[in-house]
Amino acid sequence: MHEIGQQFLNLDIMLQVGPLLLRGLATTLYLCALVIPLGLAGGLLVALLLLARSRLAQWLVIALVDLFRAAPPLVLLILIYSGLPFAGIRLSPTAAVCLAFFLNTSSYYGEIYRAGIESIGRGQWEAARSTGLNGWETLGFVVLPQAVRNVLPDLVSNTVEVVKLTSIASVVSFPELLYSADMARSLTFNSSPVVLAAIIYLVFLWPLVRLISRLERKVATH
Amino acid sequence: MTAWQRFLDTFFKPEMIAQYWPSIAQGVLVTVEIAAAVVVTGLALGLLLAAVRAYRLALCNVLIVIFVDVFRSLPPLVAILLIYFGLPSVGISLPSFVVLWGVLSLVLAAFAEEIFWAGITSTPKGQWEAARSTGLGFSETLLFVVMPQAIRLGIPPLTNRTIAITKNTALGTVIGVGEILNQATAAQSFSGNATPLMLGAIAYIVLFVPVVAAGRWIETRFAWRRA
Repeated sequence: MHEIGQQFLNLDIMLQVGPLLLRGLATTLYLCALVIPLGLAGGLLVALLLLARSRLAQWLVIALVDLFRAAPPLVLLILIYSGLPFAGIRLSPTAAVCLAFFLNTSSYYGEIYRAGIESIGRGQWEAARSTGLNGWETLGFVVLPQAVRNVLPDLVSNTVEVVKLTSIASVVSFPELLYSADMARSLTFNSSPVVLAAIIYLVFLWPLVRLISRLERKVATH
Repeated sequence: MTAWQRFLDTFFKPEMIAQYWPSIAQGVLVTVEIAAAVVVTGLALGLLLAAVRAYRLALCNVLIVIFVDVFRSLPPLVAILLIYFGLPSVGISLPSFVVLWGVLSLVLAAFAEEIFWAGITSTPKGQWEAARSTGLGFSETLLFVVMPQAIRLGIPPLTNRTIAITKNTALGTVIGVGEILNQATAAQSFSGNATPLMLGAIAYIVLFVPVVAAGRWIETRFAWRRA
């Protein structure tokens, strides 16, 4: 028992690596601040293209969305980070991570927006248009606000997944929380830094996971 | 050499394809095996936990909720690294594929439990009362009346979650599980050519595009309708 405590919950080591992990946390938050807005914007673009009346555009977007949902994010990231340099395109780790996340998360967010927009009846569009709003105004002021409310649990839940996903950036040596913790682990020969990282993730994400459960119940009873 | 030829030579070199496709195929086999094992154990454990939770035993339910919340909040890669590198120093040494299979099963079980539990709680009280009044016991009602409906309701939300979690088999590369990505990156660093990486990516696409398309179909097929 004592041995397990020493190996996983060593407070001395946790205090010692605390500053390193806090820097990692700051980098994780910075990464989230980049990739979540990018994904939300990209997803909206995907949903709008799906609404477009051109069949060709629709098929193209569906094919791309399915392609990027089929490729595991880590595969996408490694392909961009270590494959593209062979073609002479050398991206910084931050740019590679952002590009991989953009392709992956836009596809997921796009599907969620689409489900939300489809949940709004045709009558809403027609009523809004008949009051004199044009197509874009109808979309922006009538359809999207209701659509987003209907799929809010899915949007929050996907955002939690994106935050969790930022941990894969450690694989390409991006110095975020997990990377810092893993480096501290190999320096101290002790797993407590990784436990500390796990605790930090839990502190941030557990309230959101609870919120999702609550939102899901609220939408279900709506 | 034209740019097009140079592109082919970098990403689709025939000799490289010939040399490395067997190891990528080997990786495909490992990926499929682990993914299938994760789906079976993860869903079974999730279903079991949801059923146990229906008995509303206070201590049991607290433990289930904590387990579910932790594995929904924790990035799987954190759990993988923690178990793979942590356990050996307390004398427990697990093969890397067991760690990958175990962690992904627990993650899937956590999400599945939550979804099945939502299905169980959404079954109207009248159904419980009607079933009990026909002489079925609590367990029989749960098993024969409530669970079948909860499973059916859970299929659309579970489909996407299950696909996302099976794709996480790629995380195994970090601890050296010989799945597709691992084979591809190893071959790439041996050969100094991007062809194996492209082969790996294509293998994933070939493997998962049909699954994603099937998921799309299942989602609409089972959506929102309730008998």
